[in-house]
Amino acid sequence: MASATTVEPTRRDFLFIATGAVAAVGAAAVVWPLINQMSPDASTLALASTEVDIGAIPEGQIITIKWRGKPVFISHRTEKEIKEAEDVNVATLPDPQTDAARVQKPQWLIVIGVCTHLGCIPLGHQGEYGGWFCPCHGSVYDTSGRIRKGPAPRNLAVPQYSFLTDTKVKIG
Amino acid sequence: MHGHSTFEPKNGVVKWLEARLPILSFMHGSFVAYPTPKNLNYWWTFGAILSFMLIAQIVTGVVLTMHYTPESTLAFSSVEKIMRDVNWGWMLRYAHSNGASMFFFAVYIHIFRGIYYGSYKAPREVLWILGVIIFLLMMATGFMGYVLPWGQMSFWGATVITNLFSAIPFVGDEITVWLWGGYSVDNPTLNRFFALHYLLPFIIVAVVGLHVWALHVCGQNNPDGVEIKDIEKDTVPFTPHATMKDSLGIVFFLLLYCWFIFYVPNYLGDADNYIPANPMKTPPHIVPEWYFLPFYAILRSIPDKLAGVIAMFAAIAVLAFLPWLDTSKVRSAKYRPIYKIFFWVFVVCAVGLGYLGAMPPEGGFVLASRILAVAYFAFFLIVLPLLGLFEKTKPVPASIADAVLAKHGSASSVAAGAASAPQTKG
Amino acid sequence: MAFTKKIGIAAAALLGAVAFSNLTLRAEEGGGHETPNPTRQTWSFSGPFGTFDRAQLQRGFKVYKEVCSNCHELHIPIRTLAQPGGPGFTEDQVKTLAATYTVHDGPNLQGEMFDRPGRPADVFPAPFPNPEAAAASLGAAPPDMSLLAKSIKFERGFPAFVFDVLPIPGGMYQEVGPDLIYAILNGYTKEDDPNWNLYFPGHKIAMGKPLAAGQVDYTDGTPTTLEQYSKDVAAFLYWAAEPSLEQRKRIGARVMIFLLVLAGLLYFTKKKIWADVAH
Repeated sequence: MASATTVEPTRRDFLFIATGAVAAVGAAAVVWPLINQMSPDASTLALASTEVDIGAIPEGQIITIKWRGKPVFISHRTEKEIKEAEDVNVATLPDPQTDAARVQKPQWLIVIGVCTHLGCIPLGHQGEYGGWFCPCHGSVYDTSGRIRKGPAPRNLAVPQYSFLTDTKVKIG
Repeated sequence: MHGHSTFEPKNGVVKWLEARLPILSFMHGSFVAYPTPKNLNYWWTFGAILSFMLIAQIVTGVVLTMHYTPESTLAFSSVEKIMRDVNWGWMLRYAHSNGASMFFFAVYIHIFRGIYYGSYKAPREVLWILGVIIFLLMMATGFMGYVLPWGQMSFWGATVITNLFSAIPFVGDEITVWLWGGYSVDNPTLNRFFALHYLLPFIIVAVVGLHVWALHVCGQNNPDGVEIKDIEKDTVPFTPHATMKDSLGIVFFLLLYCWFIFYVPNYLGDADNYIPANPMKTPPHIVPEWYFLPFYAILRSIPDKLAGVIAMFAAIAVLAFLPWLDTSKVRSAKYRPIYKIFFWVFVVCAVGLGYLGAMPPEGGFVLASRILAVAYFAFFLIVLPLLGLFEKTKPVPASIADAVLAKHGSASSVAAGAASAPQTKG
Repeated sequence: MAFTKKIGIAAAALLGAVAFSNLTLRAEEGGGHETPNPTRQTWSFSGPFGTFDRAQLQRGFKVYKEVCSNCHELHIPIRTLAQPGGPGFTEDQVKTLAATYTVHDGPNLQGEMFDRPGRPADVFPAPFPNPEAAAASLGAAPPDMSLLAKSIKFERGFPAFVFDVLPIPGGMYQEVGPDLIYAILNGYTKEDDPNWNLYFPGHKIAMGKPLAAGQVDYTDGTPTTLEQYSKDVAAFLYWAAEPSLEQRKRIGARVMIFLLVLAGLLYFTKKKIWADVAH
């Protein structure tokens, strides 16, 4: 469709490009809601915190509570466990972190109970460091929830929490 | 009518693919070089609009499924959660529910266009019948989709429609129980409706594939109803000519669709469906979605249960026999002056039945639906067979090129043709 | 042509018959127990650019909280009161408000159910444990109000229902529900019968006259009349049923402008492409 004038083709091309560009913008705008709908919805985002009464947990016991669909370990540590956690040469750890940086009160360790390797739930009071042992691929955590051995790259994560009273903790 | 083509791969990768799976030349032949009659008007863009709506419904539907729970105690609240909490959920849900209406609106125009221009006549009978099958599948899909929110109208609509099957002699009750998976519409019914509502659109996609295949074997009909004689003179390549025209049609249709989604999203729905299903309480007026109303009116116009059900299904089935009921040699209503009048009377009857379907079945409404139901069937069973024998038709142009020439030529020969087309050129 | 004419006449006669039978029926409807259609109110949220009046929603919430909530459940999360496009309470206000509710929760680690102060993520607690209990106590179970404003309607009839959908002044009528709520709250016109309502189908309504002037204190100087209460609570309930209204209309305007631009561009593109084809 060769045109007689030289002006004609450029004007024509501009029109075609403009139409195509606007249509492309529209298509992109439609795609966004289709992708964004899979993100957490308002009700999921709102379930941010949970309160736990820890007064009844005897020393040496670990309880598991559910927070944001995941297990959270609350460990009432014994003197021995605290000492073991504190007496580690931090430099030798795969993910160096002092015990003090991981607890607010030494007798209470609160960590998210999800192995940092591939998301399994480690078993409490097991493994050679007396902390946790993950049965899936053999990661071993100490009494501070730090990774000591095995394929997991990081320590068990510490969630955001605060003590409302001595016996009540709010997680999240 | 394959536009076998001008497709000559130059790129090495394309050549390699072509030798193994000639999908690109197939696409090129079907959607680029494919010869399109040059005299098509905007009523022909509804094929593309319907393809668009089918895709839109599948996409929004799949996405809604990610949040919907097909369980009778949770279905209603899961839909509410979509409306209130899911990101863009309200838009996706309104797009899907109004999309069903838009889909039916477009398919009705598509069907009426086919009836007006005689698109069902030889050699397009199979194409037409495939279309009727798609229409039936759409109705089944639409009906089951309407049940899923599990509101009052979902529940009672499902109860009433499944009870139609109890009209079947001897085995009716057994069939109904089998459909329900219990002794009333309940969780098993909801579960199976959900499964089928998800399945049927993909069957529609398959039948649409056959529909398009059959179309491309016979070629498109056109407003003048004459076959393509000379590809050079009578047709234009599908791309860019038809593609652009179809795109424009789709965008105008989108304006209508988006008006409903964003400004009057609940206009076409029933308020009762915002009340959770209650098997102990029937709403005062059970009304199906608007797109079923003409058939619902026919069902109710007959006082006998079985006869009513048969009449309703016959009203759809009769469409499939259209190619043989119409005895006229001339395709397009453009050249059939009397048929044209009957066509519009038929349209008015169909719309009138739709209105009556929404009215309570009392007094004058019953009488009116009976009159219109008789008129509906008379159009197919009496008017069409006889009209072909008696009607004096206008001279049909020898070719599409001649028809186009006549339109752009001297006024006298054109006036009739131009004035008759519901919407002329683009 | 004579034949054509005859068919034309037949068609007209057919339509006439239908129209007549309609008219007869309307006349029949006219007599007896008549329920008038509510009049259309002016709402800030109607029309293509309508938005909620924050102060009105807050007043409506107050009416709900002090009156309606004694019998009606409102099954929506408390947090939504702070959502954009809603009554416009702050997060802190909502937190404080939520804490005034008592929520039954559990089981705790000892396996017991317990009561705790509400949180924004909770739904408004229902006044009765289940609909049966409500029915036993009140005579009939009051409907959940979360979707009330979208779940009630009255017949508009032909031709009004056609105009209701059109983008014309007086068209785009989506506020059937709030209009009916307003009408019913103002429809207790028989002094001696608190269960008689002008706008309720059949006139017998299980809910006795719930609102009277001066019943709820407004702190912003708005008149404490029955009309004002009804209007505010109807607006609040419409928001509760359709919380995405503002976002919907805002995005709708953008979509419409975009489509018009695209349609214009496509129109000229298509014209260019077809310019040298006679069709």
